[in-house]
Amino acid sequence: MSTGTMFMQLGKGMFSTAEIFFLTLLFSLPLGLLVSFGRMARNGIIRGISKFYISIMRGTPLMLQLLVVYFAPYYLFGANLRGYRFPAIILAFSINYAAYFAEIYRGGIESISVGQYEAAKVLGYNKGQTFFRIILPQVLKRIMPSITNETITLVKDTSLAFVLAHAEMFTIAKQIAAKDTSVMPLMVAGLFYYIFNFAVAFAMERIEKAMDYYR
Amino acid sequence: MGAEVLLEINHMSKGFDELDVIKDISLSVKKGEVVSIIGPSGSGKSTLLRCATMLEKMDGGSLIYLGEKAAWEEKGRCVYAKKQELKKIQKHFGLVFQNFNLFPHYSVMRNIIDAPMRVNGVSKREAVSRAKELLEQLGLADKADAYPCQLSGGQQQRVSIARALALQPKILFFDEPTSALDPELTGEVLKVIRQLAKEHMTMIIVTHEMQFARELSDRIIFMEQGIIQAQGTPEEIFASDKERVRAFIGKFQS
Ligand SMILES: Nc1ncnc2c1ncn2[C@@H]1O[C@H](COP(=O)(O)OP(=O)(O)O)[C@@H](O)[C@H]1O
Ligand SMILES: [Mg+2]
Repeated sequence: MSTGTMFMQLGKGMFSTAEIFFLTLLFSLPLGLLVSFGRMARNGIIRGISKFYISIMRGTPLMLQLLVVYFAPYYLFGANLRGYRFPAIILAFSINYAAYFAEIYRGGIESISVGQYEAAKVLGYNKGQTFFRIILPQVLKRIMPSITNETITLVKDTSLAFVLAHAEMFTIAKQIAAKDTSVMPLMVAGLFYYIFNFAVAFAMERIEKAMDYYR
Repeated sequence: MGAEVLLEINHMSKGFDELDVIKDISLSVKKGEVVSIIGPSGSGKSTLLRCATMLEKMDGGSLIYLGEKAAWEEKGRCVYAKKQELKKIQKHFGLVFQNFNLFPHYSVMRNIIDAPMRVNGVSKREAVSRAKELLEQLGLADKADAYPCQLSGGQQQRVSIARALALQPKILFFDEPTSALDPELTGEVLKVIRQLAKEHMTMIIVTHEMQFARELSDRIIFMEQGIIQAQGTPEEIFASDKERVRAFIGKFQS
């Protein structure tokens, strides 16, 4: 295969990788916040369920979770879903990353001094205003470095979608490498991942800088 | 004095687990009065203020602002008014914390105008114009755009006073407003409180600044072990024949 074709194909794979990346963030960031609420809930049952969920998601391989999410509808209900492959990938990534984000949110939320809540309460803010106007902005600033870490891991984890034979960059690189018996496609894929992560790190740094106006 | 009673506390009690922190405290504060609360640390002064400002729920007794009941006893238990009612009552008072608790992500201006706008629905123009007045009055006119982390402790505490005043409370509580400050910064905060007293702001101040309490207060309350051990005019308290009161004040007068 010519170098040009290889770049073209890997470029397409890169697009698919980016798709998994952005959709996973889109769903897992809010979902993680929800799970962190569950994890800190006063209700013991909700707290227990959330804790269990987090421990399963963090305690088993993401690759296994991908397989389970993809094959579960068939083995459990005999349902043969068409076009389920991509949604399954996004679902598995989202529920996995939500668990990690939940713990990051929790750490951030618990690090905010109780005085902030008390000041807000005495000033008459309701619970929603207190959380979204006073607490959350400060939490986001504090957890941004951890979020950056997870995000960079996510870029690399997208390659796990190969277990469902999804045509993201790694899957394609592997196929070309096997066909051409060359390590070159893998090297190029590695370069692409690196560039992607470089861009992600740059963007996150900008976001962190933008929140640097206060301590 | 026939002035209106703004705050009435009857037989307040409050404990944490096995520990009885507030045992039986009754207190009434009239419009324009300045009441200082002094006493050794651990005597329950903060808890009293936190119960009065509803940050903490009392176990027993009643709490009444301007004749409106926030909490009262029913069948030996303390019950609170409905949420809606409490929201209304809450507007009557403000609280200044020992460690300011300013919102670090908001500018000084935003710290002051946010609650009036979000909570009371005041227009931005009106909130800003009132905030500017307050900043002027508290000597912070040039700090409107600064962030709390760029200010000294004394300036931060003055901003937090402005933030409380912006909601136009009828009664303002202070919990050791200068205790977190370097000694050279306490003066500027005390000056602001003095100025408020001159304008007849009703205030309840927990403080260890004896001289300040003496010159400013209409009444001083000496608290110890969860009860009011003595109260009276500054003259009465500073000439108290109670051994404990004299010993306590003596410690702060060196
Ligand atoms: N949230 C709480 N949980 C348990 N004990 C508390 C709590 N708040 C205060 N206390 C205890 O109540 C007592 C009085 O505290 P506080 O009201 O802060 O006293 P002061 O302000 O006069 O120093 C102290 O023994 C303190 O340890
Ligand atoms: Mg205290």
